[in-house]
Amino acid sequence: MKLTLKVWRQAGPNVAGALESHVLDGVEADMSFLEMFDMLNEELTMAGKEPVAFSHDCREGICGSCAMMINGQAHGPWKGAAACQLHMRAFKDGDEIVVEPWRATAFPIVKDLVVNRGSFDRIIQAGGYISVNTGGARDANEILIGKDTVEHAMDAAACIACGACVAACPNASASLFTGAKITHLGDLPQGQPERDKRALAMVEQMDIEGFGHCTLVGECQEACPKEISIDVIRRMNRDYIVASAKREEPRAVAGSS
Amino acid sequence: MLDLNAKIPAGPLEAKWDQHRFSMKLVNPANKRRHHVIVVGGGLAGASAAASMAELGYRVSCFVYHDSPRRAHSIAAQGGINAAKNYQNDGDSIKRLFYDTIKGGDFRAREANVYRLAQVSVNIIDQCVAQGVPFAREYGGLLANRSFGGAQVSRTFYARGQTGQQLLIGAYHSLERQVALGNVQQHTYEEMLDVVLVDGRARGIVTRNLQTGAITSHAADAVVLATGGYGNVFYLSTNALLCNATAIWRAHKKGAAFANPCYTQIHPTCIPVSGEHQSKLTLMSESLRNDGRVWVPLARGDNRAPGAIPEAERDYFLERKYPSFGNLAPRDIASRAAKEACDDGRGVGPGGLGVYLDFADAIKRLGQQVVAERYGNLFDMYQRITDENPYKQPMRIYPAVHYTMGGLWVDYNLMSTIPGLHVAGEANFSDHGANRLGASALMQGLADGYFVLPNTIGDYIASNKMAPVDVSQPAFKEAEADVRAGQQKLLDIRGKRTVDSIHKELGQIMWNKCGMARTREGLQEALQLIPALREEFWSNVNVPGSGDTLNQSLEKAGRVADFLELGELMCRDALHREESCGGHFRVEYQEEGEAKRNDDEFAYVAAWEYAGAGATPILNKEPLVYETVHLSTRSYK
Repeated sequence: MKLTLKVWRQAGPNVAGALESHVLDGVEADMSFLEMFDMLNEELTMAGKEPVAFSHDCREGICGSCAMMINGQAHGPWKGAAACQLHMRAFKDGDEIVVEPWRATAFPIVKDLVVNRGSFDRIIQAGGYISVNTGGARDANEILIGKDTVEHAMDAAACIACGACVAACPNASASLFTGAKITHLGDLPQGQPERDKRALAMVEQMDIEGFGHCTLVGECQEACPKEISIDVIRRMNRDYIVASAKREEPRAVAGSS
Repeated sequence: MLDLNAKIPAGPLEAKWDQHRFSMKLVNPANKRRHHVIVVGGGLAGASAAASMAELGYRVSCFVYHDSPRRAHSIAAQGGINAAKNYQNDGDSIKRLFYDTIKGGDFRAREANVYRLAQVSVNIIDQCVAQGVPFAREYGGLLANRSFGGAQVSRTFYARGQTGQQLLIGAYHSLERQVALGNVQQHTYEEMLDVVLVDGRARGIVTRNLQTGAITSHAADAVVLATGGYGNVFYLSTNALLCNATAIWRAHKKGAAFANPCYTQIHPTCIPVSGEHQSKLTLMSESLRNDGRVWVPLARGDNRAPGAIPEAERDYFLERKYPSFGNLAPRDIASRAAKEACDDGRGVGPGGLGVYLDFADAIKRLGQQVVAERYGNLFDMYQRITDENPYKQPMRIYPAVHYTMGGLWVDYNLMSTIPGLHVAGEANFSDHGANRLGASALMQGLADGYFVLPNTIGDYIASNKMAPVDVSQPAFKEAEADVRAGQQKLLDIRGKRTVDSIHKELGQIMWNKCGMARTREGLQEALQLIPALREEFWSNVNVPGSGDTLNQSLEKAGRVADFLELGELMCRDALHREESCGGHFRVEYQEEGEAKRNDDEFAYVAAWEYAGAGATPILNKEPLVYETVHLSTRSYK
């Protein structure tokens, strides 16, 4: 098939960018969306031009590298799939496809379609972990966790940190990402001791990074390639409110009773 | 010649690691702060090593070329991680995991390393659960297990089909916690391009910042490479596209021996190639062989739809040839059997390069819902790629390059032949011999990072007095200048071919001559073709753009340049090893279609020493001494 691509080109972080048009002929239905980009880049290179920079790696929907706004949809038209899993049979001959980077203050553009998602690492650094050093763990089967509980935690833990939720959100909120981590760890018995602290710190870090607030629009769960439910945001809000309330209570002084 | 002292501790196999931990020197807690360790790579081995050493008190710097360590290719591992917990009461033990791994590796791995791996496997599961890894559970709340190839016990722990992801996230959480505590400096978008030696020891690295192009040096007391395998030398593999050999190859050129480069794992169950445009191959987890049955039509050229072929006209070739292991035969054996069936003209799908993996029986027995619970995400992945529904018709699969057992030679302490340069995970050669069992890569990466390196690096630091170094020293400046010159050379060629087109050509040579079946003739031919292609690359490649910005073509070109050298060494190694063992199948050496080892002449590790540009590399041999295991012909029949 023959397609017209309009691709965002931007030479660096602090320069203006623009959409650039390319006509691509001979695209096959079995190609993945990124293989179509490979084809474009081979043609650009042969024509003496610079290829389009885009993030990618595993090409099987798990590393979370790919980040493309395809015709206004994060990761394109297929539900529950990252851009690398989208195949060209989703399009037809003569289609025009607009491809842009994730747009969010907290994801600065590096070049063309590549954005820097280091802000996600910093949200995790704020408290997205269980504080346990290597070596001291007790036998794994001593911690009993019900099947339903672990499956629920796994639904949230499946997040690949691609940032589609942020890109799809009109407020560029990272609530689905942060809520998923708070749910994953907060569901499990191992995550209880730090549950309050974790919710407070991660939510505060989200604000510091410049992500917007959640207004429950729901675009995030529609865009999520792992189909993480917006319920994780309810969980985040609950944990945050509970932890905030506890924080305001005056603490008993040791031995005062 | 190199001194290949593996430093295997004396004493009975079961006591070696304990004894060694006792005899190793310790660094006192206050002094650990004064020592700096560089870890290159943030996958399972790298992240676990960096976090664990930081917890001990060392200053650690961790370098990754992604925007976050959580994107390392460990994340793509699907099926699971082995551990000798014997939670299923099915006769498992440390000794059995040890023996299965040695046997699975076709008796080409070091006993002491493998035994230690089996020992610490149980600690890995405890550690991961404590971190919050959501392993699958039974209704009573205990951990669940599944079976994997090459074993008759059920010892694989898993988190749906995303075990690698969950284990990596666990290690990543620990790493980020140490970053927050200020114990780890995390450098993202930094690709290591050289290792720096001072007084014969690894004392630092040179990196390029992929966003800005800045080339900088970093000094340390010890360096760890945890940079993964080199399967992408074949162009098409199940590896992520950025996976490369540059870190280990440049270390090799600085003096680190490269061990068993020809040992490549071809995974039997991958989605077949669909066309010229193919950029990578997608794995369908080995766990599918728990319930899926592999077959081809009995008759050649049988073009009927799979459902129209009656039971009696199907050949369930793994069950037929290996009745005791059936569909769970090890990877090398299952791959060769599939190739044999296709070479016999009985393959299915486009070009006859495929065999069926059929779930009809499992769906009949368990119901579609149970099958979906176990493998749903893999079935969805398959359908997206092929546009075929595996609940309704069998999957088509074909072998593909998946893992490299070879890597930098390391001793029992995971130190290479360059003092101070340690190598962990897939980047080293240590534990899998000539074939790796399923669910053992995750185990090895985490064993190295959580439990081995934090001990052995302390011993290295405590045992060696090292003068302070800083990056203004000439060794660093020279290495930086070399890196800059190499990069400029690539940018100046401005030829007519793209990097990818040359990489593809290399991949075809490697797959045809050094893939699933290797011959003397073919390998000799490859040793002519690869240098010629390398010449073509250095005179006619086109790397657009400049070095001082994000330039993905330049990154790729540097990696392919290294593959063009490594590929030649792989063929040389495959040619010299005149036997068949594990993933290395030399057509000349077989018995009734099975690999025929030659223990008298080849029971050694081949550690190749770099001899300079254009010079023939030097072969060093580390004999494999088996104190406990009796060398036998591997049988899964």
